[in-house]
Amino acid sequence: MTAHTVSRRDFVVVLTATGGGLMLGWRVGDRLGVETAVAATPPGFAPNAFIRIGRDGRVTVIVGQAEMGQGTYTAFPMLVAEELEVGLDQVQIEHAPPDDKLYANPLVGFQMTGASSSVKFLYEPMRRAGAAARSMLVAAAAQRWNVDAASCRAHRGVVTHTPTGRRLGYGALAHRAATLPVPTQVTLKDPKDFTLIGTPAKRLDTPAKVNGTAQFSIDVRLPGMRIATVAASPVLGGKLGELDDTKAKAIAGVRQIVRLDDAVAVVADHMWAAKQGLAALVIRWDDGPNGTVSTADVVRELDTASQQPGVVARKQGDAAAALAGAANRIEAVYQVPFLAHTTLEPPNCTVYVRPDGCEVWTGSQVLSRAQATAAKVTGLPLEKVVVHNHLLGGGFGRRLEHDYVTQAVRIAKQVEGPVKVVWTREEEVQHDVYRPYYYDRVAAGLDARGQPIAWTHRLVGPSILARWAPPAFQNGLDGDALDGAVHLLYDIPAIQVEYVRHEEPVVNTGFWRGVGVTHNTFVIESFIDELAAAAQQDPLEYRLALLGKSPRARAVLELAAKQAGWGTKLPPGRGRGIALMYSGWDTYLVAVAEVAVSPSGEVRVNRVVCAVDCGSIVNPDTVKAQIEGGVNFGIGGALWGEITLKNGRVEQSNFHNVRVLRINETPAIEVHLVRNSEAPGGIGEPGTAVTAPALANAVFAAIGKRIRKLPLEPQLRSA
Amino acid sequence: MTTLNINGRDVTVDVPADMPVLWVLRDVVGLTGTKFGCGMALCGACTVHLDGQPIRSCVTPVAAVGGKKITTIEAIGETAAGKKVQRAWLDLEVVQCGYCQSGQIMSATALLAKNAHPSDADIDGAMSGNICRCGTYSRIRAAIKQAAKGARP
Repeated sequence: MTAHTVSRRDFVVVLTATGGGLMLGWRVGDRLGVETAVAATPPGFAPNAFIRIGRDGRVTVIVGQAEMGQGTYTAFPMLVAEELEVGLDQVQIEHAPPDDKLYANPLVGFQMTGASSSVKFLYEPMRRAGAAARSMLVAAAAQRWNVDAASCRAHRGVVTHTPTGRRLGYGALAHRAATLPVPTQVTLKDPKDFTLIGTPAKRLDTPAKVNGTAQFSIDVRLPGMRIATVAASPVLGGKLGELDDTKAKAIAGVRQIVRLDDAVAVVADHMWAAKQGLAALVIRWDDGPNGTVSTADVVRELDTASQQPGVVARKQGDAAAALAGAANRIEAVYQVPFLAHTTLEPPNCTVYVRPDGCEVWTGSQVLSRAQATAAKVTGLPLEKVVVHNHLLGGGFGRRLEHDYVTQAVRIAKQVEGPVKVVWTREEEVQHDVYRPYYYDRVAAGLDARGQPIAWTHRLVGPSILARWAPPAFQNGLDGDALDGAVHLLYDIPAIQVEYVRHEEPVVNTGFWRGVGVTHNTFVIESFIDELAAAAQQDPLEYRLALLGKSPRARAVLELAAKQAGWGTKLPPGRGRGIALMYSGWDTYLVAVAEVAVSPSGEVRVNRVVCAVDCGSIVNPDTVKAQIEGGVNFGIGGALWGEITLKNGRVEQSNFHNVRVLRINETPAIEVHLVRNSEAPGGIGEPGTAVTAPALANAVFAAIGKRIRKLPLEPQLRSA
Repeated sequence: MTTLNINGRDVTVDVPADMPVLWVLRDVVGLTGTKFGCGMALCGACTVHLDGQPIRSCVTPVAAVGGKKITTIEAIGETAAGKKVQRAWLDLEVVQCGYCQSGQIMSATALLAKNAHPSDADIDGAMSGNICRCGTYSRIRAAIKQAAKGARP
């Protein structure tokens, strides 16, 4: 088990313990990496890509980003393989261990999968890692043959000396390559020479997902493992009061009742006994100050907060003056509700606490935080906490939180041996970290021709970033809450965007597929539609006229409109709505939704046509899949999604009252791609963000009713 | 003691009679391909076959199984319809996170086994009990149709 480092500024090269090969990564520290990347946290390896090539020629790509359906476990290997000159069929994937130094997402500076950022920020670093490895393997071959490296070429894991036809596989070269200096500079391929990037390559994670062998963290099984399920205080901030566990303990298979200050868990041989045990507990909760709160209280406070000016996030011209002098002034209040994630895999985490260490099995979008919280709860040093990530059965921002890991470790501290803590669906719905309730005031001034000369947008809601990544909350501004709002593309002479931070401490709030952009796009694109209506102009033409400086936005608008048959007649009760999304994700997306509204207010979405320009594309099929899925996620949220509070308790509990979209309700979805070589934009969340306004605008087109408060259907029924 | 026939194999388990098949499979037998999603037959993630009929294993007590044969996602590829469905799922790249897909495939296979050429309405009827939060529905529909096409003589 020899380990060598080549102590250069940017790389560490290590002979791995298993078979000796080339292991390469970007580094920041100077410590040795030993074992394999997953067997131990490789200290001192640097933040981006990891490649391991065994003497058997096996190429392993260690992916620091989590796979939650969005396709990173295919996109990242594609980026590496393209430059490494191996086929995707020659690559295997490994989950990365927790390590902020090695796997930091440049967006936030720590290991994080979210914000539609993985490809956007790691497109080039992953390619560089592949290119550096290839160049070292070629150099190793050239050295062995005593020829000029320029006379060798690499293809499908084999280096060939072109003049003589001599060939050596990467496996045979790995040992020598590992001893070579790492190039300080690498040459990346010209995109015109790509053979993999930009192709609809088959996903690497799917074969195991169609035959039951894929391992989600809920599937973890360990010798002697118990299974626990938990009930936390139904009111945030509440505490466990009296507990009678007599009946629960009498249930066959129940082994232990674990009390925490704010929760109780039943530990059993299997989930059935644990669930029955939980149901048999007689619990009295001390609700605390939130025990009387209802949604109406939250909204009242938001409304009050919205009366005051906020911190100015974008200012252009004098919006107040322009508004005052406008021929026509339009104002509106928009509201979006609390939303639950309902990832189909409920939160779960398996923990084994021993005196000298702790092991955690979970699915996380913030793996290093899972490790840190386990260390904190157990009091163990970080290096004594091993965390195994898994495939995530849905993320949508829920697994950007580590509350369920913290709780599982607290429970496991009281349990002998490993314990898997699994939340019921009811627990998941009622103890989520919800998309905040946002309350927005918008106003616009139109000139005599109906053109907007002033735009003001004051958005009111909590700052997720101030809690989740405090350094990112600066000057009173939450860049995530404002995402999209400050990116308004419409060419309006006077614009003012303000942010009023107003916390909603009665529930936990967090990220939900596009959070800021999803909320802001609904407001902006609904309101611009209102302005078009006020100006008695076609919503598409109205937008196009304001986008003279945004050719990419114009192009997607025109493409989507053309494909959707914009302007063609629809029967009564049906309507077409259009919406444009642009934000810090650097992706331009337009959706044209076609809906039918029944007299009783039911909305049927028949068709959604999307056009997207997300710059350079790694895998066009994944882009399409993400838009399709994002649109479907958005439809359920926009039509029905709503979490409400009564007496401090969430009123919903399972899929009978948390309505999500089903196959019989899903529209025909078309996705049209704009291909170019711009920098890659995000694609995981845009489909969701663009959907609600497209639907609301379609409802307006269908029946003339403007809905400014989500979800749509209850508003249509009460209107 | 209860003896269950799971994927063609007799398995004897010592579990309460009211224990749902889901937990017997996952926590006792160790077949974790069948997923827990809701516990109330609302999401379909736990779908398995009982003598070829799709059932929600999260609400089916082990006592209700009797002598019927249980088939799970781990063995569905051994049936003609299951194999076609899995193939179509891969060909059309249906899957995203994948958590619901065991149940989707079990429901789709049961549909195709009794209805070789399902209409859109048939697909809605058979599949609307299976939630996919990633929203892969269009591809699920297309893959069922492709699998059906492959089933034609």
